[in-house]
Parts: sequence; C-alpha cells; structure tokens
Amino acid sequence: MSEQTAGASSGEKAYNPRLELYKGFWKRFKKNKSALVGGIVVLFFILVAIFGPMLVSADPNATDITNKLQPPSAEHWFGTDNYGRDIFSRIIHGTGLTLIVGFVSVVIGGIVGVLFGIIAGYYGGKVDTIIMRLMDILLAFPGILLALAIVSVLGGSIQNMIIAIGIFSVPAFARIVRGSTLSVRKLEYIDAMRALGASDFRIIFKHILPNVLSPIIVQATLRIATAVLTAAGLSFLGLGAQPPTPEWGAMLSAGRSYMAESPHMILIPGIAIVLVVLAFNIFGDGLRDALDPKANK
Amino acid sequence: MEKKELLKVDGLKQHFPIKGGFFGRTVNHVKAVDDISFTVYEGETVSIVGESGCGKSTTGRAILRLEEPSDGKVYFEGTDLASLSKSEMRKYRKDLQIIFQDPYASINPRQSISDVLNEAMEIQNVLPRKDRRKRIIELLETVGLNGSQADRYPHEFSGGQRQRIGIARALSVNPKLIICDEAVSALDVSIQAQVLNLLDELQDEYGLTYLFISHDLGVVRHISDRVIVMYLGKIMEIGDKKSIFDNPKHPYTKALLSAIPVPDPDREREHIVLRGDVPSPIDPPTGCRFHTRCPFAQEKCRVDVPELIEHDGMEQGHEAACHFVEEIASGQLKPNYMETASF
Repeated sequence: MSEQTAGASSGEKAYNPRLELYKGFWKRFKKNKSALVGGIVVLFFILVAIFGPMLVSADPNATDITNKLQPPSAEHWFGTDNYGRDIFSRIIHGTGLTLIVGFVSVVIGGIVGVLFGIIAGYYGGKVDTIIMRLMDILLAFPGILLALAIVSVLGGSIQNMIIAIGIFSVPAFARIVRGSTLSVRKLEYIDAMRALGASDFRIIFKHILPNVLSPIIVQATLRIATAVLTAAGLSFLGLGAQPPTPEWGAMLSAGRSYMAESPHMILIPGIAIVLVVLAFNIFGDGLRDALDPKANK
Repeated sequence: MEKKELLKVDGLKQHFPIKGGFFGRTVNHVKAVDDISFTVYEGETVSIVGESGCGKSTTGRAILRLEEPSDGKVYFEGTDLASLSKSEMRKYRKDLQIIFQDPYASINPRQSISDVLNEAMEIQNVLPRKDRRKRIIELLETVGLNGSQADRYPHEFSGGQRQRIGIARALSVNPKLIICDEAVSALDVSIQAQVLNLLDELQDEYGLTYLFISHDLGVVRHISDRVIVMYLGKIMEIGDKKSIFDNPKHPYTKALLSAIPVPDPDREREHIVLRGDVPSPIDPPTGCRFHTRCPFAQEKCRVDVPELIEHDGMEQGHEAACHFVEEIASGQLKPNYMETASF
C-alpha cells in the first residue's frame, strides 16, 4: 500500500502546478510584443556587458592624440573622443559598469525598502507612522537632488554613488511593499497562521513576502532604469565615476565641449543610455502586465 | 452527568479605537463586543447568531486573541487566556483552532497542501518530522479528500475541497475547541450540507467542541446544541436549541426567527418587520440596546440595561435580556407598532 502511494506521488511530480503557473506567465508575457522587445534588448545589454570586453580588442583607455575626434568609420565604429580613445570600446566596457551600478543600487535599496515596507505594513500603528513619515521625507526631495546631496557628503566615487542611488530607491520599494502587505495581511490565511501560533518572523518571511513578490520584481526592473539614469546624471556632474573610467554619463559630460564639431561624442553615449533605460522600462511594464493579469483588465 | 466547562467567557469587551485628527488621537470607540459572558461545555456545539455587525465574529477572534480583547476574561480549562503573555498563549493555541469563512483566502496560494499541514504540525511540534507525511495523508482522508492530492496547490481545489483542507489544518494540531467563523456561509447549499455532516462526524470521532458563528439560522438549527443570540455587541438571549427556536422569549429573537424562510408556499405566517436600522456601535443606545427598534419598548428600557437572566416560565439554562419577558408572554404588554407581512 505504501509503495502504491509512493508510486502515485512520484507520478504526480510530472505534473508540476508551479510550472503551470510559470507557463501562464510566459504566455501572457509573449503576447506583449513591446515587452518582449524590451526583454530582448535588456538581455542583449547583459550579454554585451559579460562578453563584450573579451571580444573588443581596443583598450578603452588607450589615447591616440593623432586620431582624436574622428567621426565614426570602419576602423573606429563609433569614432574617437578628444584624446583619440575608441568610443566603441569605451561604450562596451562601460556597459558592465552601468548595469552593475543599476543592479547593485537597486538590490541595496530593494532589500532595505522591502524590509521597511513589510514591517510598516505588518505591524501598523506607530511603527508604520514613523517608517512611512521617514520615507515621505526622502520622497520629498527630487531624486537626483537627494543622490547629489548624499554623494557630496560621502565624496564622489562609484561605491558612494551606488549607496546614494540605493538610498534614494528605498522609499519607492517601501511604499509599494507596505501597500501589498496591508492587503495580504488581512487575508484569512495570515490569521490562520497566527491562530496556530506562528512567529511574526515566520509569517512575514514565509507567508507575506512570497505573496508580495510580483510587485517587488516589477518595481526593481523599473527602478534599474531610474538608477542607470541617475548614475549617468551624477557622473555627468562629475560626482560619480571619475575619469578615465569609461562611464556613459562621464563620457557624455566630456563630449559637451565638442558638441558642435563632434556631435558623435555625446550622441553615442546618449543613445546607449536611452536604449538601456527604455528597455528596462518597457520590460518592467510588460512584467507587470504578465505577473498581474487582473491589472490588465 | 456533570458537564465540564471548557470555555468560559466573562465580561468580554472589544472596543476598537477610532483615530482622527491630525495627530491620530483616539476620538471614539466602536463597541463591537460590549461585556458578554457565556460558557461552552465540553463536547457541545454552541452557535452565535445575529445580524452582520453584531460582534459575533469579533467575539471568536477575541477569544483566540487574533485581536487583543479590550477587557474581560476568557477561561479555557480554567486558565485565563487573555492574561497570558504572547509566548505562553502560543502553547494554548494548539487547543483552540479556527475555520474561516472564505475558502479562497484561508490557504496560502503558494504552499502545497502537504506544506500547509506540515507547517501547522511543525509550529506546534505535534509529531516528529518523519511521521508527519503519514499523518498528512491520514488527515486528508479524514476530511474526505484523497491522500494522493497532498502535493497539489490550493488553486487546483474547489471551494468545498478547500474548506475541507482548512478543517484538516485545524485538526492537524489535535485541538479541543474549534471556532467555526461562518465556516459554511461561502459554500453553496449542497456543499454546505456535506461540510456540516463532516463537522458532525469529526465531533463524534474526536470529541470536539464547536463554537459555531453564523448568520444562517437554518444551519444553526441543524448543528447546534445551544444558541446565543447577539445584537449590537450584547447577548440578547441564550438557551438550548429547542428553547430558542420553539419558545423564544426576547422580542429580537422572535423577529429574527420570523425571518427564516419556510419552504411551503401555502403556509400563512407572521413575519415581524422591525422598524429602522441597526444603530451604530460607536454610540449604541442607552439601556436596552434593542429599545430603538423593539415594538414593546417602555421607558424603563431606555434607562436600565436588562440583565441576562432566567425568567419565570423559562427552561433551565434559557436566559433572556429583557425587562418584560413575563408581561409580553402573558399578553399584558401590547406592541407599540405592528408591521407584519404575511407571505
């Protein structure tokens, strides 16, 4: 009899309901053509960041004064800058940096923000008031200004820029997670767990967190776009990546003085930033529709 | 035979603060449950009935301390649950379980059924890990599901099946008292009957005690041994099923019972229609809570709060909170208004 049960349950394994859920998600995501394109562009940039530097032979920091400010050509696909550095190579080498700044700052901001939001939403009352007023204070500053202030206090470097962008991502996560937590916390299965004597820690991490995950994923994707943009902005202002690091925002800043005679120096990094930000935004919107079919009417 | 007291609620109050103003001051309270006392004996089914908003669910939740009661004592086998610390309370939670109304919201959609039951046993340390799987299959079969469905997820089950899973979860920790909070209200009638019969069988098998919270008088009549009638956070009448249904004393109970549909189109019957709406529990009426709508209301009802007592001509254990039970019964007191409808 027990063997029979074991046989039956291993037979059940072939039908995995969780897999069915993912299949449904993939089906809805595929239908959204622009989101699919966004996803492919995101994937493309990730691949470029990983494999690009191995494939591009030119040193991004090698100067060649005789060949400075060359327009795009067969030899230098994206032209050269005011020191004669190959812009194509600099863009490729900068991709990784751009994405890492985006990911890491969002991960930092996400973890802190999700914790704040879930605690505020679960405990409510005074804890909620204090956390959320704190978040309101952060939100009251325009994003770039807040990041600017933090970086000027900490000093301009890539690490500090990541921390600054992380901090300014916190309130967005906290708000969204608090809202979702409030609605999940009211559900009867949370009461059932409390009636069974489950600890708050178990309820928060095992029963609430998995059920508020989809808005977190969507928010993280959208926030990466904002983070990339902010990082470029900070570097443009000279507070992020320091020269000669091939950072897109810094490249944009360097090209400013040569805008009239060599527009490619600002156009190329500008287009790269736009593409990454746009791709993440469209991808994030698509994820939202696919993860929450109800929101899509 | 001496009946053993399992649960004794004494002066239970649940007042929810209403916050208002810029600084979130407490402006007032919603008096959801206001000073109620009753006893549940081992092995019986006690129902709490009343309109929505009368505090019946709040009572159940306050007993389990899902919301901390504002005042009063809840004795479970002689221990006052309301005075225990959170961690002490955790040990007692094994003995008191709850079944919820909404079968779609009462199970975590991201856990398989065996995970749900396993976690319940893990929290209360019911069985060693290696024996749990067998127990899970056993539990599912007890509630009328197939053991081979253990690894499925909630969305693969129907409402009735999910309710059975909720029952299995409550049973998994071997409770003594189960609070059924509108446990069958969300199910359609044929499934309701199945689940009620299941609850009945489980009661016989495990010697369970139920506190059955419902607004459905038909269901209450089917399952209860004793009935508590609540109105606006107060108990109006309490008694065994027969007394309440056949010989109601309180005007509110009479009105409530007259609303039960009778499946006989030819039968003429009196349908007492109460005047007005249920007053707000924020500022409940003085004296008897029911006096604003009671056809027999007198000056005394506006001033004095009637006690829940056994009046003349009532069976033992049958109590009503009305000043004029005898007068109404003897016909001395005539109703001030009579809006009846016959169907």
